[in-house]
Amino acid sequence: MNILGPIGRWWSNPWRKPRVLAAVTWLYLAWAIVPVIVAIQFSFNKGRSRSTWQGFSTRWYWGDPNRSVWHDATLHNALGNSIKLALLTMAICAPLGVAMAIGLTRWRGYGQKPANMLMLVPLVTPEIVFASALYLCFTTMFTAIQLGSTAQLLGHVTLSLSTVVIVVRGRLLTLGRDFEDAAQDLGATPMQALRTIIMPLLSPAIFASLMVVFATSIDDFVVSQFLSADASSETVPMKIYNSFRGTQTPAVNALATIMLAVTLLAILFAMAGLKLWRRHNGTTGSVVEDFAGLDV
Amino acid sequence: MEHRRPRWLWPTLALPGTAWLVLLFAIPFYGVVSIASGYDDPLFGAREPEWNPLHWNADSFREVWRGLESGVFGQPFVRTCTYVVLAMALCFIIGFPVAYYVARFAGKRRGLMLALLLAPFWISYLMRMLAWVNLLQQDGYVNDILAALHITSGPINWLDARWYTIVLGLVYGYVPFFILPLFASLDRIDTRLLEASKDLGVGTIRTFIHVTLPSARQGILAATAITALPMFGDYYTNQLLSSSPRTNMIGNQIQSAVQSPTSRGVGAALVLSLTLFLTILMGYYLYASNAATKDVR
Repeated sequence: MNILGPIGRWWSNPWRKPRVLAAVTWLYLAWAIVPVIVAIQFSFNKGRSRSTWQGFSTRWYWGDPNRSVWHDATLHNALGNSIKLALLTMAICAPLGVAMAIGLTRWRGYGQKPANMLMLVPLVTPEIVFASALYLCFTTMFTAIQLGSTAQLLGHVTLSLSTVVIVVRGRLLTLGRDFEDAAQDLGATPMQALRTIIMPLLSPAIFASLMVVFATSIDDFVVSQFLSADASSETVPMKIYNSFRGTQTPAVNALATIMLAVTLLAILFAMAGLKLWRRHNGTTGSVVEDFAGLDV
Repeated sequence: MEHRRPRWLWPTLALPGTAWLVLLFAIPFYGVVSIASGYDDPLFGAREPEWNPLHWNADSFREVWRGLESGVFGQPFVRTCTYVVLAMALCFIIGFPVAYYVARFAGKRRGLMLALLLAPFWISYLMRMLAWVNLLQQDGYVNDILAALHITSGPINWLDARWYTIVLGLVYGYVPFFILPLFASLDRIDTRLLEASKDLGVGTIRTFIHVTLPSARQGILAATAITALPMFGDYYTNQLLSSSPRTNMIGNQIQSAVQSPTSRGVGAALVLSLTLFLTILMGYYLYASNAATKDVR
């Protein structure tokens, strides 16, 4: 080994510290985050440029009387649309998805397998295939539903439903049936056992899956774009996309920054809630790990 | 003790969600098939779906096939495959070390690193692309840095239909989705296996090939599927980073065909062809990686 010299010895030592890996990882994290920070920086630009820094101002948030997020209706409507869509998607996905997860896990019989397949296929369907199918469907078959906010909502729920089922089912499978059996031994009906025993045990998983639904819906571009009718159903990602063609001002950066702040607040709120829940129930572990462990 | 549970309870719970997916996933998909196999209205040129499989018409599939041969669809298709293969290779080169390091060596910084790894999930994809469009402008920071380091003489127009901009854009957009499932599976590897391998004198690289890679197979599969499938259908990344027909991908063809009333049939046929192609690809990938793991063992 001595022929290799000190560098060779360092390289061939299986117990050495992984400095190269560490450097790669930190470089990657910087590469992933810094561009976004620069985009936020330009939302505070004094001038119209989105690439040259001209001094700090809040012009594009509320200062500019025509083109700031506060004064330009198309910009803050997009923000409203995105948030409304995400909240409604969560509200519909939660009951549908949780019931479906419980049903599919416990149901042993005819029809369970096809229903399970149908739930899994959307997870591997590229969004463009899915969005094209819904677009063609709303324009030629279900013509009672016009393109626009309603169609977008239906699309977002379909897109996210399987995620809720998968996450909740994962938790159900680790729980097993013992808790329910115990409850029923003590005289509970199956529905009572579900309501008083299983639902509370499932709540962290439901909560986590709804955060993923929120992120999916608020980030979604393809389904929203295919199913939008006109400017009134524009969402924030669509607004960012369309801004590349029109007049470019940092107001779009400001809009994206507000959107990011809203999402981060929602996440912090959710994590705090989850932490409280854990303390209340005496479980330990990290909330971040919970999210990272979800195979989304 | 065996409990009496009404037999209708579980199917009833599963029913609303299943019905939703039948109505808004399965039926629309059948609709795509009917539109692709339908007929053009002779008066207005609008596409009429054909619901009866006995009367299906393969004209639009023939048109897709001709387009593939003549290059109208063939070129974007080959381009899409090339971009995706390059981007996936880069995802693997970047993603594997990062996932591996965070799963095994992050130590007390693990929480921070995980939060940073997760951050791109909560930042809109379009915002992340917006960030790069700002950076890559002629007077943007990237050209400033390159000029300051005397690497380039004049500003480069990065957003002018350059394939490497698009490939890097795809990598930037999708690599977080590649890293997370990979991290989850690497994190579950029993470290005693790796230590045993090292104790027995097996080098780092051979340990990686013979222990780590086979154990992380599920994660690699999931990571590849989660990133490669949407990349094949991507049309917005290259629209934002080049917007020139010279870098059109198959997603752009689908988007413009489906959304224009006169070429709906071809659009639907393109959607089905892409789905078929991806199904075969995933099937082959699953089969090949299964065989490969058996060989290693």
